[in-house]
Amino acid sequence: MTLSIAGVAARPKSVPPKQARKLKLPLRWISPIALVLLWQLASSTGVLSPDKLASPVTIAESAGELIADGQLGDAFAVSITRVFFGFLLGGLVGVVLGLASGLSRWGETLLDPPVQMLRTLPHLGLIPLFILWFGIGEEPKLALVASGVAFPLYLNLHAGIRQTDPGLVEAAKVLGYSRFERIVHVVLPSAVPQTLVGLRIAFGTAWLSLIVAEQINADAGLGFLINNAREFLRTDVVVVGLVVYALLGLTTDALVRLLERRVLRWQKR
Amino acid sequence: MAKAVSVRGLTKAFGPRTVLDGIDLEVEPGEFVALLGRSGCGKSTLLRILAGLDREVQGRAEVPGTVSIAFQQPRLLPWRKVWKNIALGLHRPDGRAVALKALEEVRLTDHADAWPLTLSGGEAQRVSLARALVREPDVLLLDEPFGALDALTRLAMHHLVEDLWIRHKPAVLLVTHDVDEALLLADRILVLDEGRIVATHHVDLPRPRRRASVVEQRTRVLADLGVDVEEAA
Repeated sequence: MTLSIAGVAARPKSVPPKQARKLKLPLRWISPIALVLLWQLASSTGVLSPDKLASPVTIAESAGELIADGQLGDAFAVSITRVFFGFLLGGLVGVVLGLASGLSRWGETLLDPPVQMLRTLPHLGLIPLFILWFGIGEEPKLALVASGVAFPLYLNLHAGIRQTDPGLVEAAKVLGYSRFERIVHVVLPSAVPQTLVGLRIAFGTAWLSLIVAEQINADAGLGFLINNAREFLRTDVVVVGLVVYALLGLTTDALVRLLERRVLRWQKR
Repeated sequence: MAKAVSVRGLTKAFGPRTVLDGIDLEVEPGEFVALLGRSGCGKSTLLRILAGLDREVQGRAEVPGTVSIAFQQPRLLPWRKVWKNIALGLHRPDGRAVALKALEEVRLTDHADAWPLTLSGGEAQRVSLARALVREPDVLLLDEPFGALDALTRLAMHHLVEDLWIRHKPAVLLVTHDVDEALLLADRILVLDEGRIVATHHVDLPRPRRRASVVEQRTRVLADLGVDVEEAA
């Protein structure tokens, strides 16, 4: 009896009442909106010159124009294609190597040492080599994105597989699972949460790699849009490009979260 | 008739430490045997060897028939539904039907489609028992399956295990450090100490046994474990 009373009493403390939550969200918008207003004020009064940073209103107008004349759409398509194929390539390498070294002792002995050594290299620092190897076309950009994706996926998949509870594997052995069933039903599912962490990190580095790669030399894509705008002191277009990068990163992050919620339904929440 | 379990001169050492020291043990088909001892006496090691999880041993340990096991922790796959946990590894096309029938025996049919992490400790342990029994084992190994449960749930589980044993009649090897549990359930109690079987007790009391009926024998078993029970206490 005492227990249930305590349980009821504790509730309002841990879960905020609905009204408070409703109020809280709009309240959090006060300072960001104030900052944008301040920024607009500084631009309108001439304190902030458009050569340094365009005003919010100008940026919004430019975004509208860039969308209307198709420039932004084209750049967007080019950049997202680069990330897509770079991610595909790096993901394939990371997953294949991660599975090989996670599931087989020989795989681990042979693969893990070189991968662990290579991952200490800052992959963005590889640009000079990639340019020498692949030139300045699409290839170095894909290679940079791929190398940013492969390592976090490999590391987390490998760690996830190695963290499998040996107790579950033992139980499965006695209960008559085949080796294949042990991998499919015990080892791989237990590696999923850690692999999803790797996937989120991989998306983060993929966008970062793309942004850096598109600074090198690009004749299309969001990086080209931004670099081109810089030459004409169009800070409004630069900011539009940056905002699109940010939105893309947020989108892939949200997608992985969605995937997590779906795949990890079995976890206690 | 062939023995369900036959162990001769079984010795197991981890480095310099001898955990099992020349164990001889035979279990009849359908017999309920309890392995009783303090933690570290080697009882769980013996069970692991019989389950085929540890093959680096000296001596002989033979289990001719099929073996199944339930551990102290239920060890269910949290990412597979309850019924799937039971059906996996059975390799039967009617896996779900078989699993549902097994769940009925432990009175958990309602939870067939639940995720294991939503079950209570007692419920998860019942699923683990159903999973072990659905394999119709000749030998059922129970490694302190009630150890992590609260006292009330444990009592209910004792009855359940006895019921299931009477219905399916596998040979059972129950590892425990609970004297009452051993006396309530087992035909024969083996007391293990430092890797040797130091005493054997036959329990001929009628079933179902009540606590009061085992009190007299309890004192003798406890004496073998080196526990002196004063009448005053």
